[in-house]
Amino acid sequence: MMSQGLVIMSYVIASILFILSLSGLSHQETARRGNYFGMLGMSIAIVATLFSDAVDSYIVLIIALGVGGFIGTKAALKVEMTQMPELVALMHSLVGMAAVLVGYVSFMDSSNGLEDVERTIHEVEIYIGIFIGAVTFSGSVIAFAKLCGKLDGKPILLPGRHWLNLGLFVVTFWLGGVFLEATESGGGTIPLLLMTLIALAFGVHMVMAIGGADMPVVVSMLNSYSGWAAAATGFMLGNDLLIVTGALVGSSGAILSYIMCKAMNRHFLSVIAGGFGTSGGEAAKVEGDVNSIENDETVRLLSEAKNIMIIPGYGMAVAQAQHTVNEITKLLREKGKTVRFGIHPVAGRMPGHMNVLLAEAKVPYDIVFEMDEINEDFANVDVSIVIGANDIVNPSALDDPDSPIAGMPVLECWKSTTTIVLKRSMATGYAGVGNPLFIHKNTRMLFGDANDSMQGILKTLNS
Amino acid sequence: MKIGIPKEIHTGEKRVATTPEVAEQIIKLGFEVYIESGAGLAANFSDEAYKEAGCKIRKTAETLWKNADIVMKVCPPEIHPELAIDETQLLLTGGYLISFIWPAQNDDLMQKLAAKDATVFAMDSVPRISRSQKLDALSSMANIAGYRAVVEASQHFGRFFTGQITAAGKVPPAKVLVIGAGVAGLAAIGAAKSMGAIVRAFDTRPEVKEQIESMNAEFLMLEFKEDGSGEGGYAKTMSKEFIEAEMALFARQAMEVDIIITTALIPGRPAPELITKGMVETMKSGSVIVDLAAEQGGNCALTEKNKVVVKHGVTLIGYTDLPSRLAAQSSQLYATNLRHLLTELSPEKNGEINVNMDDEVIRGTTVIKEGKITWPPPTAKLSATAKVSTEPPSIDRDVAKEKPPLISEASKQLLIFAAIGAGLFALGSVAPVSFMTHFTVFVLACFIGYQVIWSVSASLHTPLMSVTNAISGIIIIGAIVQISSPGYFITVLSGLAILIASINIAGGFLVTRRMLEMFRR
Repeated sequence: MMSQGLVIMSYVIASILFILSLSGLSHQETARRGNYFGMLGMSIAIVATLFSDAVDSYIVLIIALGVGGFIGTKAALKVEMTQMPELVALMHSLVGMAAVLVGYVSFMDSSNGLEDVERTIHEVEIYIGIFIGAVTFSGSVIAFAKLCGKLDGKPILLPGRHWLNLGLFVVTFWLGGVFLEATESGGGTIPLLLMTLIALAFGVHMVMAIGGADMPVVVSMLNSYSGWAAAATGFMLGNDLLIVTGALVGSSGAILSYIMCKAMNRHFLSVIAGGFGTSGGEAAKVEGDVNSIENDETVRLLSEAKNIMIIPGYGMAVAQAQHTVNEITKLLREKGKTVRFGIHPVAGRMPGHMNVLLAEAKVPYDIVFEMDEINEDFANVDVSIVIGANDIVNPSALDDPDSPIAGMPVLECWKSTTTIVLKRSMATGYAGVGNPLFIHKNTRMLFGDANDSMQGILKTLNS
Repeated sequence: MKIGIPKEIHTGEKRVATTPEVAEQIIKLGFEVYIESGAGLAANFSDEAYKEAGCKIRKTAETLWKNADIVMKVCPPEIHPELAIDETQLLLTGGYLISFIWPAQNDDLMQKLAAKDATVFAMDSVPRISRSQKLDALSSMANIAGYRAVVEASQHFGRFFTGQITAAGKVPPAKVLVIGAGVAGLAAIGAAKSMGAIVRAFDTRPEVKEQIESMNAEFLMLEFKEDGSGEGGYAKTMSKEFIEAEMALFARQAMEVDIIITTALIPGRPAPELITKGMVETMKSGSVIVDLAAEQGGNCALTEKNKVVVKHGVTLIGYTDLPSRLAAQSSQLYATNLRHLLTELSPEKNGEINVNMDDEVIRGTTVIKEGKITWPPPTAKLSATAKVSTEPPSIDRDVAKEKPPLISEASKQLLIFAAIGAGLFALGSVAPVSFMTHFTVFVLACFIGYQVIWSVSASLHTPLMSVTNAISGIIIIGAIVQISSPGYFITVLSGLAILIASINIAGGFLVTRRMLEMFRR
């Protein structure tokens, strides 16, 4: 058994290790070390808690730890890299769920012996913790379902949804009052349960209204919520480690959400309120002739080019084309061509989604660039290849003030000599906005499944 | 229909209304082309060349005129020096004539042509719209005149145009001032510039500034707000004050420059006098003035029409036949303009003419139709450049735009801080100490998170998320602490929480490890 002092000291060490872990993740070179710091911190925290005075029944605990650890390991090893967004969303829901459970246990456990104000504060903390946990849980479940296609990605907008949200919020407040009064006399279970239901509905409704292209924001927002849920739990248990960790995670998710919103030039609130492209003027219709080409022409263009830029989008993830893309990249680089990747911050369904896919396919990360790093350079690019991306390369974001995506920074690939766009059909992108890039005079469309097209190009390049 | 090309009879006129090359294309439109013998000689086109192109040669002017349905000429008809009859008399009754006419100045001629029931297309009356640019003979002739003006100037100028540093010493570049940046002025700028001179240009129309600067010449700005753009892209007469400012500018420039090329013309008026006698006197000896407006009285007070004179040591060139002095080139361009007109007139390409008066271009060009004078055409919207409203924006609008938001950005931020501060103090006044210590930790941790996360590179956002995911599994600590509390239900719930949280921890860290392993240079 460890003394309380030793346990707290272990928590301090764990907190420091978590901070080091996050700061380690800021660079490729230190990222792996950062991950190990995180693991170490977590182990120290768990072990210290296990040996603390508060724990004396181990059987259920060990079983639960073992089973959970096993499931987690299994999932981590099995998951496809293209499914990362789903996994992340699922894990958020687990944190939310755990927060709800811990909150309920804390409510039922009356052995804390708190009095008066402290007691009231404790009840409030429980109430808030369960609320955040429940929202995180149901929101993440819906996000997960949307990401893996079990639910349609289109935003589902209930009439008067803002008023509905507001109403739910007011009711939550009112129930809070009822709950506090009821706890005076030892009750309060029913208002708490009602509030949980409302919070669940709130989470469902919120994520339902958000479209697939806004998923990077949603995922990072839920990441933030899971952090706040942990912090709230920390308050309710009076545990500083939980507070620190929760605050770290919460602010991390908040910053990611902010970065994603900025990358789409959208206000955070408008993303949360949902409904992409429902406000603002009509986008200009795009009309014109499409220059469609075949594989051999693409190969000719690539062989004549010196400087090539590849712009991957969600379509590459869907078609699982990243390995073929890497093969082609290798081949082209062997021929002495400059091949680079340009990544838009919101390409894919999760922050950094494209980077992970390219890394999985073993594309060296020093030829993968962020939008800000290479956008100036498109004038020197001979051929840009857009693989399954649409809105992130839409020139109307810059020229058409009426476009729903107006003002969103985009990869200016149309400035390169030729742009080849791989696309399944002429359908509009997620935002439902026509893309003038497709009818630009320097653009060539290569229709078909991205992976099939890339395979064809690879074959022709090899022969 | 038969097209006749007579030899030009105007004194010194060397141009011809068609060249063999263009004639071939006109024949393709379905016309027959007859050439008066020797018509092209002055422009170096022999009868043989025309024959080869498919034209037929007429021996005399009389047979040519009498047998042509359409006569195409360069200069307006006048009395034939050899036959001693007016060319209008030679024209078939009800025939067609395409030529420069200058209907405003040649009322007499118009009457004579109308008396012959002729249909007349005046190449000087082509409306100035984008579609008719290809048949705008005035522009093509002005272009040649501008070029030739520089050539003439260089012939009479005793120095290089370009600056040179030679073994024998340094040669300064010539300074050329071009007044009026219309087609001729721009052509002169281009020619002078390509010979290496320093070129300055002035025009009353501010919109040509860009065109001048695009040719690497310097636009002389006049600090005076008045737009000289008139109808049809031409200049208009300016106010007295403007002209005074302009004259002062020219006086200064005259002392400095070596060559002045003036091209200032206002349609239907005598040319404005821009270079006074006094200015000529202040010019350096050996300087040259080429006055392209000599025909309309000249921009320079001392120019003499059709002559080269030297006054006060300055050579004044007043040629009015500059295009004719580049006869082959101007014949070729003029012929092409005519061919485009024929194409417009004969859309079926069957060698017949259809004078479609609904067509803006044909309407403007036709000055007499079947004996009826149709000049001037009804004014239409014929501006080469969009007319820009020069009215100052109304004051009201400015005020509306400048109106500051209700709360300025700075005070907005201040308000937010104040609100947060007030909230914190309110909390502090009721909360017990134990809460406040936790709260301190919470706020500080938020700041640390804020500082740390900003530096994370975008490519690592996914690993960052999965790590934070694993770390937020720290909630397991809470469940572990709770599991030992009494109560069966509590054990089940916290057991479940431990299970869930441990999935998170194991899954999060391991998947991050997997991802990071893949990031390779």
